[in-house]
Amino acid sequence: MQASAAAESAAVAPTAVAAAPRVFAGAPLVQLDRVSVALEGHPVLDRVDLRVRRGEIVTIVGPNGSGKSTLVRTIIGLLPPTSGTVRRIEGLTIGYVPQRLAIDPSMPVTVGRFMNLPARRDAAAVAAALADAGLPGIAGQQITGLSGGQLQRVLLARALLDRPDLLILDEATAGLDQPATAAFYARIEAVRARHGCAVLMVSHDLQIVMRASDHVVCLNGHVCCEGSPEIVSSSPAYHGLFGTDAAETLALYRHHHSHSHDDCGHAHGRSGDHRHGAAPDA
Amino acid sequence: MLDDFMLRAALAGIGLALACAPLGCFVVWRRMAYYGDATAHAALLGVALSLAFAVPLFPAVILVALAMAAAVTGLGGRNNAGDTLLGVLSHAALAVGMVAVSFVPGIRVDLMAYLFGDILAVTGTDLATIWLGAGAVIALLAWRWSALLLATLSPEMAVAAGIRPRAEQWALNIALALVVAAGIRIVGALLISAMLIIPAAAARPLVRTPEAMAIGAAVVGVAGVVGGLVGAWHADLPTGPAIVCAVTVLFVAGIVLGGLRPKRR
Repeated sequence: MQASAAAESAAVAPTAVAAAPRVFAGAPLVQLDRVSVALEGHPVLDRVDLRVRRGEIVTIVGPNGSGKSTLVRTIIGLLPPTSGTVRRIEGLTIGYVPQRLAIDPSMPVTVGRFMNLPARRDAAAVAAALADAGLPGIAGQQITGLSGGQLQRVLLARALLDRPDLLILDEATAGLDQPATAAFYARIEAVRARHGCAVLMVSHDLQIVMRASDHVVCLNGHVCCEGSPEIVSSSPAYHGLFGTDAAETLALYRHHHSHSHDDCGHAHGRSGDHRHGAAPDA
Repeated sequence: MLDDFMLRAALAGIGLALACAPLGCFVVWRRMAYYGDATAHAALLGVALSLAFAVPLFPAVILVALAMAAAVTGLGGRNNAGDTLLGVLSHAALAVGMVAVSFVPGIRVDLMAYLFGDILAVTGTDLATIWLGAGAVIALLAWRWSALLLATLSPEMAVAAGIRPRAEQWALNIALALVVAAGIRIVGALLISAMLIIPAAAARPLVRTPEAMAIGAAVVGVAGVVGGLVGAWHADLPTGPAIVCAVTVLFVAGIVLGGLRPKRR
């Protein structure tokens, strides 16, 4: 673990470590103001405000059909807003991890080729990224032959290759079991601590996701409520949206959360150490 | 054995096969087979226009093929256009084209040449046009290759990487129009799709990367053209269908070889 972290910081270009997190500090990487989106004439999003700042983990939760994926597509620029503004900071690099790859079986793609899309990358960097994802020697395998968990790690590794300012995860853990999901989010927190990138997650997977978030936006066409995980989980709007079952789950969640908060504190302490350790290199 | 017109025919067919190889891969990967059919069938309308107004065939076919592409793209996009809609457009274009051609006096006899192609009648000018079109298709796809691959895998990932999937779709539309215009003299409106899909599908079981599949499709396509021409020469077969039969034989061979290969997973 330490060895891989050391290798990682050695591989980082000095500018990426020193300059990137500081220059834009404070200003939102992405800012949505009163954004409405209609798909084929049907309103899907209604005056949504959203800000994502560097280093922040923002989670969008909402039931099926609440416009979560539409919001993500609007943020990355695939869908134009019908009204309102989407502002991305100049030169923003986005790492996008889709829910799944709808890859046709007729398309042969090895993991190695996939990691080099859309631009050829340094072979050593690709090998290191795959090793770091716990998948050494997988480059020659077909993407379609990977398990769900393996594919998810490959997608994340590829998204991180560009050292994105903003990592976007669209229901990234759909189809993973609980331990795999927990491991995935632990990895996201580690990534954030190491790279200082912002993370925007979309999920209906309430407990685990919210535990890992700084800011939660509860979406149902419009923003029902938002704030820290504690604020959102105690909000009547949130309970109204997810029902009493969710409320009970959340009581459980808060219970777990207070326990795991100690772990969280340790994690932050460790990430602080990383930063101190990285400073002399930079 | 090979006469002058046979040489021209072979060169024309090889040019078409080379352009069809990379484009055919995308047609297969993006499930655009029916879409390719619709565009190719629309070419018959272009033939009618060209004959009625005495304008050159190549630009007339390109124009109508692009109009068809715009109609299909506008109505659906690559995943949303239902089979039914494409089926309507495809066969309507074919029928309307045939009706339109029938209005042009003295052309009824020639209709077969546009439906099934007449590769042996390819002139030097045709040959130059075909190779120009094929060169343009190959250059366009080589230029957009990586962006197209990513847009095919995931439009969202492409946009996040600064690629515009709709623009890339138009690169394919333009390439398709060029191939249809080049191919209508060779294999005809009915069989152009075959030259797109079958060589790519034949290469699929034997390859592990997109690039290898495009190259494999080119090898299969060229071999099919040469094999089809030689077969047609010796057995006095209609050449366009003979070429499609030849690539189909190679497709079966690909499946058999792919089945024999040890699985590397």
